[in-house]
Amino acid sequence: MLNQFVAPDLYPAAPEIFLLAMACVILFVDLLASQRRWITPFLSVASLVGAALLTVLTASEFSVLTFSNTYINDALSSFLKLLTYLSVATALIYGRGYLRERNLDKGEYYLLALFATLGMMVMISANHFLVMYLGIELLSLSLYAMVAMDRESVRATEAAMKYFVLGALASGLLLYGMSMVYGATGSLEISVVAQALEQGAVNKTVLVFGLVFLVSGIAFKLGVVPFHMWIPDVYHGAPTSVTLFIGSAPKLAGYALAIRFLVSGLLDLAVHWQTMLLILAVFSIVLGNLAAIAQTNIKRMLAYSTISHMGFMLLALTAGVQGGNTTLAFPAYITALYYVVAYVLMALASFGMIILLSRKGFEAEELEDFKGLNKRSPWFALMMLILMFSLAGIPFFIGFWAKFAVLTVVVASGKVAVAVFAVIMSLIGAFYYLRVVKCMYFDSPRDMTPIQAGADLRILLSINSLAVALLGVFPQKVIFLCQYVLVRTF
Amino acid sequence: MSSHLLSLAIWVPILGALLVFVAGSERRATARWLALAVALAGLLVTIPLFTGFDRTQAGMQFVELSPWVGAFRINYFLGVDGISMLFILLNSFITVLVVLAGWQVIEEKQAQYMGAFLIMSGLMNGIFSALDGILFYVFFEASLIPMYLIIGIWGGPNRVYAALKFFLYTLLGSLLMLVAFIYLYLQSHTFNLLEWHQLRLDFIPQLLIFIAFLLSFAVKVPMWPVHTWLPDAHVEAPTGGSVVLAAIALKLGAYGFVRFSLPIVPDAAHYAAPMMIGLSLIAIIYIGFVAIVQADMKKLVAYSSVSHMGFVTLGFFIFNTLGVEGALVQMISHGFVSGAMFLCIGVMYDRVHSRQIADYGGVVNTMPKFAALFLFFAMANSGLPATSGFVGEFMVIMGAVRFNFWTGFAAAITLILGAAYTLWMYKRVVFGAVANDHVAEMSDINAREFLVLGLLAVAVLAMGLYPFPFTDVMHASVDNLLRHVATSKLL
Repeated sequence: MLNQFVAPDLYPAAPEIFLLAMACVILFVDLLASQRRWITPFLSVASLVGAALLTVLTASEFSVLTFSNTYINDALSSFLKLLTYLSVATALIYGRGYLRERNLDKGEYYLLALFATLGMMVMISANHFLVMYLGIELLSLSLYAMVAMDRESVRATEAAMKYFVLGALASGLLLYGMSMVYGATGSLEISVVAQALEQGAVNKTVLVFGLVFLVSGIAFKLGVVPFHMWIPDVYHGAPTSVTLFIGSAPKLAGYALAIRFLVSGLLDLAVHWQTMLLILAVFSIVLGNLAAIAQTNIKRMLAYSTISHMGFMLLALTAGVQGGNTTLAFPAYITALYYVVAYVLMALASFGMIILLSRKGFEAEELEDFKGLNKRSPWFALMMLILMFSLAGIPFFIGFWAKFAVLTVVVASGKVAVAVFAVIMSLIGAFYYLRVVKCMYFDSPRDMTPIQAGADLRILLSINSLAVALLGVFPQKVIFLCQYVLVRTF
Repeated sequence: MSSHLLSLAIWVPILGALLVFVAGSERRATARWLALAVALAGLLVTIPLFTGFDRTQAGMQFVELSPWVGAFRINYFLGVDGISMLFILLNSFITVLVVLAGWQVIEEKQAQYMGAFLIMSGLMNGIFSALDGILFYVFFEASLIPMYLIIGIWGGPNRVYAALKFFLYTLLGSLLMLVAFIYLYLQSHTFNLLEWHQLRLDFIPQLLIFIAFLLSFAVKVPMWPVHTWLPDAHVEAPTGGSVVLAAIALKLGAYGFVRFSLPIVPDAAHYAAPMMIGLSLIAIIYIGFVAIVQADMKKLVAYSSVSHMGFVTLGFFIFNTLGVEGALVQMISHGFVSGAMFLCIGVMYDRVHSRQIADYGGVVNTMPKFAALFLFFAMANSGLPATSGFVGEFMVIMGAVRFNFWTGFAAAITLILGAAYTLWMYKRVVFGAVANDHVAEMSDINAREFLVLGLLAVAVLAMGLYPFPFTDVMHASVDNLLRHVATSKLL
């Protein structure tokens, strides 16, 4: 038996190994250098940069498998990982001052963030149902702890509990679904499952039964109706820097989860999962937009807006296959990828704005706190204006192109009625984004306290928001990149 | 032929606006002089469009074409014909006046005010020159943003409601138009408008596309019964906002009918024509009566706009040269006249801070120069011969009579109604004894105000006395349009 053992090729997983090693190093450094508080954040961002370099170095033209075919390194994984580093690093930089003012900038925060990143990387590169599960758990457990970082806050603790209980339930659903897939196909390796399906010698009833649980699990992780219950509470209860973290990079991993399971693994069942996703998407768009109107807390409002945006993303995934015809598959999955990228960019900046307006002893999380921002800081009012109109899908901002691309694939797949429905809902959505603009521009400020935020936050946030505008004026590059990545992958 | 005039007409005001934001945020004087310079530069670059225009050609001129979003075959495709070119000129001209009109009265955030109008102007030039569906849509929807801010920041007491109503009403229509564009793209594999004009479609898709377009453009025009946002927006908007809304923004909807609905889905347009004519007549007559009873001057002019725009839609849907050309002339004339009416009301509002007719009386005693100009515009608004208001209305009525006598007859009622509401308002505001102390304290218009109104008066008079240059420019394009409309595009 021993001579059959082959040492796995570690090269394709070099970024993950590096990040893990760095996390352990930072753990020690943080203990030793507890007086120098800048060291941990600095090292964390540096390790992300290092991981990015390694990812670029190990990126390959073709898909490379390792660890007995359970781990994959392809164009999609490299692309999503790079975006994940970028988004995590941005979130860490945005949150630094916020955490310091609240005495939350402990080393654990950065470590948990790094472990969460590792979890996302594992998810992104998983070629095996169980490896995916490991990634999800690593990510989720880190996030539960991050939400509860502020021990004194009752709301945060409650949110963490709720997140944990529901998250555990979703993990259970996923595992149950996987067991069905294993029962039907005899394997949990994604490519083997796909082959088994293609050959047709599988029990479809069992598979579809399992699929229901898989889709539920995915829906939970993405936070779409009816598995969205945790989103408003967690977004609202968690410290804003954590909300920012949860609201951005994990969506990229969520996309990877959906693509690896549903497209790489179970594409032959597309008819079934497309219907399920369509229902989830439609309800998410309705509930997300309607419930957001009623919110006065901007974190909660953005939470509901996330739900509707993820619904839109799923809408794109439902357009891929029509009765065995897969000509739309590429456009549909490219669109979904583009949508996620655009959304993460916008979400980062909009939660960043909340952090920007907060200061020691003051959380700028009510809608009213944005009142009169144009008088306090015309520049950042303009940035928020860009973000809100972009989220509402108004041109010339990136959010418009994301929405446009989704509508195009949905209409192309013959679901004109769904498209009309979606645009009517996004009209309702426009209302609450406009309300933020109204507060900033039409109302008088409640207090004229100047904005107290570090230069790093100000500059990065401005770049982030301007990117939302500029990538809306010149959308071609990002769309092309998404196209390139997916064509290389499949 | 490669020329960048249209790009300049779009981007000079927009980039200039950014300059105004940056340089003018501290000092008001810098902001407004800079804004004036940008507006004049914007007007200057559009003049060669008129002088260099080939009147004999029906096709697009000054064309610019370069790929924009390759993944969806969206091009940065600009060009004008005899129809759209005039609106670009009108828009750039009105922008200069609007900058002048906001010279002193805007006290808060003047740089942002001027910047917003300049951006608006650039975007609207974009709408009129875009020949790519999505490029058009992008400009069309983006232009909502500055207008929303203009109404909401510098508007009257109920500005928040009016701004939101304006935005959501318009967005509803335009989103459905987007779906229609996507459908057309999937049929034709292009967003090129000129190719859409050649596209053949079944009747049902045509009808659905027509409805989607109708929702979008009818709100913009605005046609009865989706006009209710307009009085609110006009009343609450600052003077400059009202002027831009009335003079340019309302034209976008009518322009949309000419550029999209009629040539792309002609069979559906013919099918829906009786309904469109009916709605137009309701707007002309019913809204005319509504205008008579208004107590607020701005509301009165707003309703009169709806009524006048009814003429435009009527002219389009009777499908003859006289009707279409009359409608186009009416659009431009209405741009001048309604803009002037709102400026006149603004002049009085700046002094008395009231728009209620009842708060005035005997203005002629304190402001004789102003009263004379106001009278001229009031006459133009009621369609007096020798003013531009007459030309368009008369052409449309002639066209309508040729189409059907009773339609023309009904449309002609407006000549009575228009005179009734405008002149009655004028009488109550301007004539009689000085009504109260506020009116007694009014000072006559200063040189700047005189310049603004004087320029408009010259334009109104010139167009009324000698409309030939305007109709001559559009003639070839209108014939071409009607040829498109007359050919069935059914599969």
